[in-house]
Amino acid sequence: MRGILHIAYKLLINDRAKYAALLVGITFAVFLMIEMTSLFAGILARSSATVINIGASIWVMDPAIQTVANTIPLPDYVLDEVRSMPGVKYAVPLYSGSALLKLNDGTYQAANVIGLDDTSLFGRPSLLDGKVEDIYGENAFVAIKDSEFYKLGNPKIGAEFELNDHRGVIVGIARVASSGLFGVPTLYTTYNRALQYIPNTRFTMSYLLVEPKSSADVAPIKRLVTAAGYLALTKEEFVDKISDFYKYKTGIGTNMLIMTVISFIIGLSISGQTFYTFVIENLEKFGALKAIGAKGRELIVMILFQASFVALTGYGIGVGLCTLIIWLARLRLPDYAAMVTFGNLALAFFMVVVIAAISSYVGVRKVLKIEPFDIFRG
Amino acid sequence: MPKTAIEAKGLNKWFGEGVARTHAVRDVTFDAYFGEILYVVGPSGSGKTTMLSMISGILRPNSGTVKIEDTEIWGLGNDALADFRLHKIGFVFQDFHLFPRLTTAENVAIPLILQRRDWDEALKEAVLDLEIVGLKDRTQLPPVKLSGGEQQRVAIARAIVSRPDILILDEPTASLDGDTGRNIVKFVREHILTDQRCIVIVTHDSRIYEFADRIVKMEDGKLMGIERENSNGQ
Repeated sequence: MRGILHIAYKLLINDRAKYAALLVGITFAVFLMIEMTSLFAGILARSSATVINIGASIWVMDPAIQTVANTIPLPDYVLDEVRSMPGVKYAVPLYSGSALLKLNDGTYQAANVIGLDDTSLFGRPSLLDGKVEDIYGENAFVAIKDSEFYKLGNPKIGAEFELNDHRGVIVGIARVASSGLFGVPTLYTTYNRALQYIPNTRFTMSYLLVEPKSSADVAPIKRLVTAAGYLALTKEEFVDKISDFYKYKTGIGTNMLIMTVISFIIGLSISGQTFYTFVIENLEKFGALKAIGAKGRELIVMILFQASFVALTGYGIGVGLCTLIIWLARLRLPDYAAMVTFGNLALAFFMVVVIAAISSYVGVRKVLKIEPFDIFRG
Repeated sequence: MPKTAIEAKGLNKWFGEGVARTHAVRDVTFDAYFGEILYVVGPSGSGKTTMLSMISGILRPNSGTVKIEDTEIWGLGNDALADFRLHKIGFVFQDFHLFPRLTTAENVAIPLILQRRDWDEALKEAVLDLEIVGLKDRTQLPPVKLSGGEQQRVAIARAIVSRPDILILDEPTASLDGDTGRNIVKFVREHILTDQRCIVIVTHDSRIYEFADRIVKMEDGKLMGIERENSNGQ
């Protein structure tokens, strides 16, 4: 069988024009599919940045919440109620809001401000520079060194700014797992300082962060919170809820899906048509092979091998090209929200396999239909 | 008495049904022997190609039998029949049907590759056969770089590379000029025909009749008889 595959390989790569057209078709389709789905994955990952970075096991919120960014403040008594629920190890408040900073150079910059529970500092980021206890100092803020950090003027410890006419001082530089979606830098401070610096509504808690005593307590806590008229979600459920919002309620998901399907159709059209022409051009030769003594299944193996070879090569080049483009884009645009995940790669791979299968199906049908007698008849 | 290579009995083939039915071959019976070149001649549409396809295991007859060296070929299953063709019958097609993207050596090696022979070994044997047909210095060229006569020789090399007992040539001179066609058939007569091989040639070309041992004529699907016999009187 190796010799037959060798013939199939030579027939394919020696027809350079068609081989190139097939590769371009598959590569282009893979590139577009991975680029689209990576952009979407990047957007989804960033949309849940606060949830991922804080890392609490259970988030208690108003049931109308759709994304982590659009908070609906909770009344203080909810904190007491949740703390009194059986199975709750501890519960702390979290403030999440936005503010307008006046930087040292006089420019204005919007920023996310996260207020951590004053006592526990639960959900604090990992510090790259500075000491965590300094967050209790006067006007203290910790700046997050992510892709938006430069928008604060790349501050060092001791750098000052104004927030709503209050003086702010950077006392630490920290890192988090994920940058935010909206292209603004993030500052961490204590819950009470956040309330003090940023104008607020009557209720002030954006979320309640809950740690259960054990994983078995999660479901009862969720039930009790629901009975109290609020919503409790695990970290994973909250991330899914946010993703679902962007997928189904913003049009982003639909548009990305349409683009991915279009990429698939383009790839299928180019490679399907080229492969069909390739088979048609060699059809009489395949008929001659049949007359000589090749079996139908050997010809099928040849065609499947050619389709698979071209699909896998195109897939590899497409993945490489996409990775290169994302890397180059990130050099110029640190905010570029694209993330190649195993899911994206698997989806693109599946679609390439479908393209190869459909393309080769047409070829296989033609080759199986040709009768050696047709070769004699001319 | 030469040994019988092909024994065709009562072959019938028709295409279509009802009023559209065409009886292409009618009750054809003949033998072909090892060590001879048998020509099948006749006008276009006389059923030569259909008959050739039936005796070479390519087109199933509606009735009749074909025995090649005591094997009733139409009693074989599809895979067994393909294997039989691969090992016992060599084909030279009218339009050669060489793969333009392979070298001549690779084209010639195809039957051996289909027999699951090692690639390098098959190529080595193919080069030897190209030497037999006088194309030793063309082994690495693609067929499109060769003249019509040379391509015909490559097709012959491909047909004999697996050492078949039966060689089928379909209109071997149709794509060639007169001299080249004549030289090709002369070459086949002098170098390819052996006592252990039977060669059947379908042709219109009366200029090459001199190389036949026997010539059978077909008309309207019927065998009209032997037009010329060889010196053995078969």
